[in-house]
Amino acid sequence: MNRPIRTLAVFCLLLFGALMVNATVIQYVEAGELNANPSNRRVVDATFARERGDILVGREPIATSVPSDDEFEYQREYLAPFRYAHVSGYFSYFSQTGIERTQNSVLSGDDSRLFVTRLVDMVSNSEPVGGSVELTLDDGAQTAAYEGLEALGPSTEGAVVAIEPSTGKVLAMVSSPSFDTNRFADHDFAALNDTFEELDAREDEPLLNRAIQTTLPPGSTFKLVTAAAALENDIATSADDPVPGGPSYQLPLTDISVENGGRDCGSGDIPFTQAMEQSCNTTFLALADEIGVEDMQEQAEKFGFNSSYLDDLPLQAESRYPGDLDEPQTALSGIGQSDVAATPLQMAMVAAGIANDGTVMKPYVVDEVRSPDLDVLDRTDPSELSEATSPETAEVITEMMVNTVSVGTATPAAIPGIDVAGKTGTAESAPGRPPYAWFVSFAPAEDPQVAVAVLVEAPGGQQEIAGGTLGGPISRAVTEAVIDQ
Amino acid sequence: MSRTDAATGTGSGEFVHRRRRGAELFLLVVALLVGLGAYAAVGLGMEGEIPADMFTYGGGLTVMIVACHLVVRFVAPYADPVLLPVVAALNGLGLAVIHRLDLTYGEIGQKDDYAQQQLIWMALGVVLFLATLLLLRDHRTLQRFTYTSGLLAIVLLLLPLMPIIGTEINGARIWINVAGFSFQPGEVAKVLLVVTFAGYLVLHRDALALAGRRLLFVDLPRGRDLGPILAMWLVSLGILVFQRDLGSSLLFFGLFLVMLYVATERPGWLVVGGTLFAAGAFAGYQAFGHVRQRFDLWLDPFAFYGEGTNDLGRQSVETQFGMGWGGLIGRGFGNGRPELIPYANSDFIFAAIGEELGLTAVMAIIVCYGLIVERGLRTAVTCRDGFGKLAATGLAVTFALQVFVVVGGVTGLIPLTGLTTPFLSYGGSSLVANWVIVALLLRISDQARRPLPSMLSTEPDPEPDAEETQVVKL
Repeated sequence: MNRPIRTLAVFCLLLFGALMVNATVIQYVEAGELNANPSNRRVVDATFARERGDILVGREPIATSVPSDDEFEYQREYLAPFRYAHVSGYFSYFSQTGIERTQNSVLSGDDSRLFVTRLVDMVSNSEPVGGSVELTLDDGAQTAAYEGLEALGPSTEGAVVAIEPSTGKVLAMVSSPSFDTNRFADHDFAALNDTFEELDAREDEPLLNRAIQTTLPPGSTFKLVTAAAALENDIATSADDPVPGGPSYQLPLTDISVENGGRDCGSGDIPFTQAMEQSCNTTFLALADEIGVEDMQEQAEKFGFNSSYLDDLPLQAESRYPGDLDEPQTALSGIGQSDVAATPLQMAMVAAGIANDGTVMKPYVVDEVRSPDLDVLDRTDPSELSEATSPETAEVITEMMVNTVSVGTATPAAIPGIDVAGKTGTAESAPGRPPYAWFVSFAPAEDPQVAVAVLVEAPGGQQEIAGGTLGGPISRAVTEAVIDQ
Repeated sequence: MSRTDAATGTGSGEFVHRRRRGAELFLLVVALLVGLGAYAAVGLGMEGEIPADMFTYGGGLTVMIVACHLVVRFVAPYADPVLLPVVAALNGLGLAVIHRLDLTYGEIGQKDDYAQQQLIWMALGVVLFLATLLLLRDHRTLQRFTYTSGLLAIVLLLLPLMPIIGTEINGARIWINVAGFSFQPGEVAKVLLVVTFAGYLVLHRDALALAGRRLLFVDLPRGRDLGPILAMWLVSLGILVFQRDLGSSLLFFGLFLVMLYVATERPGWLVVGGTLFAAGAFAGYQAFGHVRQRFDLWLDPFAFYGEGTNDLGRQSVETQFGMGWGGLIGRGFGNGRPELIPYANSDFIFAAIGEELGLTAVMAIIVCYGLIVERGLRTAVTCRDGFGKLAATGLAVTFALQVFVVVGGVTGLIPLTGLTTPFLSYGGSSLVANWVIVALLLRISDQARRPLPSMLSTEPDPEPDAEETQVVKL
């Protein structure tokens, strides 16, 4: 009977071999995949309980992890919850937003760049600790922007974006109304659920990051793009060149007539700078019609329309300049109406591009990524997004924008002793909806350090909507905060 | 068997096994270190300190192991030296893991005295182990009880179906409950059935192998030869199917088939059995909802996991998550979440080990089981009598099949059927039965490795003349 027993032994060896192979498949081959499964509570809980890295602005943390005495070892804490809510995002048990989401692998300590740290953790059997992320934001500019919007009233809907033109660093990004990120870090999941439902139900959408997620017709601020297109296409070559003016303009192929809201736009041809200073609709309608939809779209896309370019924050909306506009629509697009729509970030980039001799830098929010031992693992290098205009074009537009602030519609943004370049905008999105105010600027004009875009959709309290009076002071405060340093 | 053993120096040309009791003692110390080390590691990992009862617990475990060793040394001196240490290591590790889960269950307010109960069961198992070795001095005695044990096995299998004492847990009616103790008679029945099969087959093997008709590719034996054992097998299998105990059904089926194959040396039986198994599995899939369900769960457990599903795949999915999370070296005691796996201390203890001790421990345990099986089959090969060969084969194969069915089921290699992981899982009946299996294997191996009486007389006979002068009167 020995032969069958020996055969049996081989058979048992095969059975046990199969068990070993199968265990290896689960614990080694498929382990990564299993760990990445979003319904894997072990990983979710462990990551949630971990000592997460800080999010820093300057040298100061705005988000940090503190020891907790409940079932999770650490509690996420936001030190300036409202002011930085939309950039830092929140880290809740169920979801993450903002930097907490895009930089999750670093903050949680799982990033491959933290490999050495993790190896040490594994050998010393200690829990992994996350790396920290330093943002490009400037606390002064952020505070000025946040307080500026707050000052308009408690339920103001709007956004501010400030960019360093030479690098693309985002210096300020505020969306209003804001929310308390600490409520989302709550370990009481019932309360957390209530928070979600409450904020999600609110009509003023506090969870929305209006700076990058809201696209609205940019109104008169888009005249900067139209001006750039006109200069690039040699329809005008200097601030003093004559461009079509006049009190009204009849849209091609229609009997609709557009006027200038009582501003002095002369009759016949007027100097280009006057058209900009007085934000003459008639001029830019005519220019856009003359430039044509293709060149208008090309110019808009050079500034970043129809593309997404912000890698550091999730859910960025693309600004729009459609290519299928008919003739009257094309004319209207010249004053930022029709189907043109832009985010505040996009309009800040238009200003920044002009400020940076026509070169648009790719905007970024994450400056440095550091290990838990504060070694710099990665630093974002500024990179060029596109050459939007020639330096000459940028110079002409800058001159006209400076005039707009000193003598034109944008005087509320003026700062004594500094040349500020600015442009206002007031736009209607849809009939029946209240108009909203735009303001873009950069300063100092000769050596720009900051470009700002302000959008106020619905001011809480105040009635009058005008880009200059609402956006101007905020823009000025942010600019001063940056330049004063 | 032509090697000479230098150690014994018999020079007779026969291989003579050494007793190797010293080796066993050394391995037992290592096994104790595994068990106690694991217990200490649980304390360190869970509460940051060596458990307060380390010495009493360690003492108790040591006493049991030493008692086993001493009894083996005196009543089965030639027994296999590897079996007992491997079993001791597995049982010690199992206790530590059950204790580790108890600590967590206690924290979340569930029943948390499994380890204590398991320790009591282990003590009972050890007592039965010792009793088996002490009372059963020759395994061939068991052959006398061929039919008695068969009958007893069927009675035991039927017990859970009795009113009052029978209990149904999780859809399987395989427990009896007497005086607050629940017991799974099927675990004992499997030992008895091995004895029955071995006793019957060793008597009828020639008839089964040689007499009969050829049908297709197989020589079918005569009905009167195969009939009784076939009937017994069918009855036990029928009961199990009726009780919805898929794991045990599979085990008994495989066991019978393998023993028939070994007894008759006809591989054809494996073909017949394989075909029958395929047909049975297919019929079961068609006929029984719970079989179909198990199969579907096996194919895609993730489809039955989480909100919006019946969540039946939770065990399998959490097992995979846990083992994946454990990775190569595991999270360490206290750092995993094995409590997320339902029944982590019994059927799914393998998953808990995979999570906290990693692939390393999983491999080590599979190798330990492999060693037990290998030692059992080695005993069968060396055993000199047919009954011992068949019984040892049966016990070893029972063990191998059980490990394969449960570990394969838990890790998703094959559909999940409920069985305990030998010596690791919480569960008294299984633990006790497995200790008895080991005692039987040791007894058979003692017989198998013991030198033949003729070979013992290598010393010069003290009274060489005594024999010669004996007068045989006719």
